[in-house]
Amino acid sequence: MRVVERSFGDLHRGERPGDAALDVQVRAKRFDARLVLDDVRVRVAPGEIVCLVGASGCGKSTLLRIAAGLDREFEGAVRVDGRAHDAPTREVGVVFQEPRLFPWCSVADNIAFEAGGAPRNDPRVAGLLEDVGLSGYGAALPRQLSGGQAQRVALARALAGEPRVLLLDEPFSAVDAFTRMKLQDLLIGLVRRKGIATLMVTHDIDEAAWLADRVLVLDADPGRLREQIAVPVARPRVRDDPGLAAARARIFHGLQAAHAL
Amino acid sequence: MTADPTILLDYSHASQWGAALADGRDDTTPRPETPRPASGRARAILLAWLLPLAALAATEIAGRLGWVTSNLLPTPSDVARALFELGGHTVANHVAASTARVVAGYAIGASLAVAIGSLVGLSATARALLDPSFQALRAIPSLAWVPLLLLWLGIGEAPKLAMIAIGAFFPIYMGVVAGIRGVDRKLVEVARLMRLDSFALVRRVLLPAALPSVMTGLRNGLSLAWMFMVAGELIAASSGLGYLLTDGRETSRADLVLAAIVLLALLGKLSDTAMARLERRLLRWRDTVDAS
Repeated sequence: MRVVERSFGDLHRGERPGDAALDVQVRAKRFDARLVLDDVRVRVAPGEIVCLVGASGCGKSTLLRIAAGLDREFEGAVRVDGRAHDAPTREVGVVFQEPRLFPWCSVADNIAFEAGGAPRNDPRVAGLLEDVGLSGYGAALPRQLSGGQAQRVALARALAGEPRVLLLDEPFSAVDAFTRMKLQDLLIGLVRRKGIATLMVTHDIDEAAWLADRVLVLDADPGRLREQIAVPVARPRVRDDPGLAAARARIFHGLQAAHAL
Repeated sequence: MTADPTILLDYSHASQWGAALADGRDDTTPRPETPRPASGRARAILLAWLLPLAALAATEIAGRLGWVTSNLLPTPSDVARALFELGGHTVANHVAASTARVVAGYAIGASLAVAIGSLVGLSATARALLDPSFQALRAIPSLAWVPLLLLWLGIGEAPKLAMIAIGAFFPIYMGVVAGIRGVDRKLVEVARLMRLDSFALVRRVLLPAALPSVMTGLRNGLSLAWMFMVAGELIAASSGLGYLLTDGRETSRADLVLAAIVLLALLGKLSDTAMARLERRLLRWRDTVDAS
């Protein structure tokens, strides 16, 4: 395996392509004439967390939408566990920047929405609620939740299909700093325990360093993979680990070089 | 509505949330629902009744003192007596005749409006085909249809029902179309991720999301239905509250006219209150000022 890995060069060092749960390969993605993504390939192994950073408009979210199967107008392929998909699949869960809960459904029905709603005291839903720290909230309506709670429900809903891959588009950007830290730790615990390949777009350097096994820096216009920054800090991590400080500095410089800062 | 609302909106667990929220252990405190204090509600009721009661009292006094002629502005007690003299049976017959027309005409108008509105809201082709025509028809003052309806349908029940249906149709149609067109694209995207088919998308996402606007349309449509019922009965009828109005005018009995107006006001208010309650029940999930 070592030999194979090296052949991918520096940008893909550390990838374990043989067993990548998610493999997004975009040879080209255009909006009209404008080239948005140019030859970007991202592979994520089970249980691995990869963060995607870059300037606004560099195509991060577009890449995520492609991976989710929401955008099919591109040249390339999306593979989940080696199988190509060109539409949303049960094996990929998505969390957006906003919770996007259905306001007329209870928390439980939102989580089990795909299955057509939850019967009362559904053990699957109860388990998911417990996973995200919201036991007993099944009957609440979304409007009764705080922003952080709503995002927890969104996470539970994304996990309801027992996905192999989790895609997150700046999921914690709208909550306060303390809630964000709690949600980050919750995310790490869940995806590592369940072995879910996680790809997350973020604007937050601290968040990228804290969460990621690898951070990918995207160039803008057109979006290209500029740099890959490994965060070789063992888990469980502590927030003041010097290794994280070093990773933050490298991400910072990477973003500077990408003219994001 | 074409679909049973209980299928769209399941509130069966709704009563349990309070206990769960009470232990509030998450990031921020959940917003508690604060019922309006009883004293505030009593005050609101008092204020609401102040003006009508004062007006009634003033009319009664002005009539008794002979400041106004009672055959032009009868006192409230005259109106009550007129109602009493008509007899419960006659009054009930008139009310029942008018109500039956409103119910039937409204049902026809609302069903057509929900069906056609859904089609126009969901299909770009249907919208391009139908909406311009309906917008043009909407611009015609609905009462202008009356002569035509009388020519076509005679003076029986049919033209009255048709008028009520036309009156109710447009506000409901507008509400349904606007509701479906206004559904948050982000929610539709979530539905796509869940791979909902078109039918499930309509039933489980678009219709519930459009419901606030649809309910507004249904309420406006209902008040217009009452209005058009009166217009229809004024022209040709032998029963109903509109007939009572005409009868009162022809026999120069202002007390009878006012009695009919009072009954119309009561019926209109009653049906609107029922509708408002239904709306609040169905839209309990809304995060708005008046939801709590």
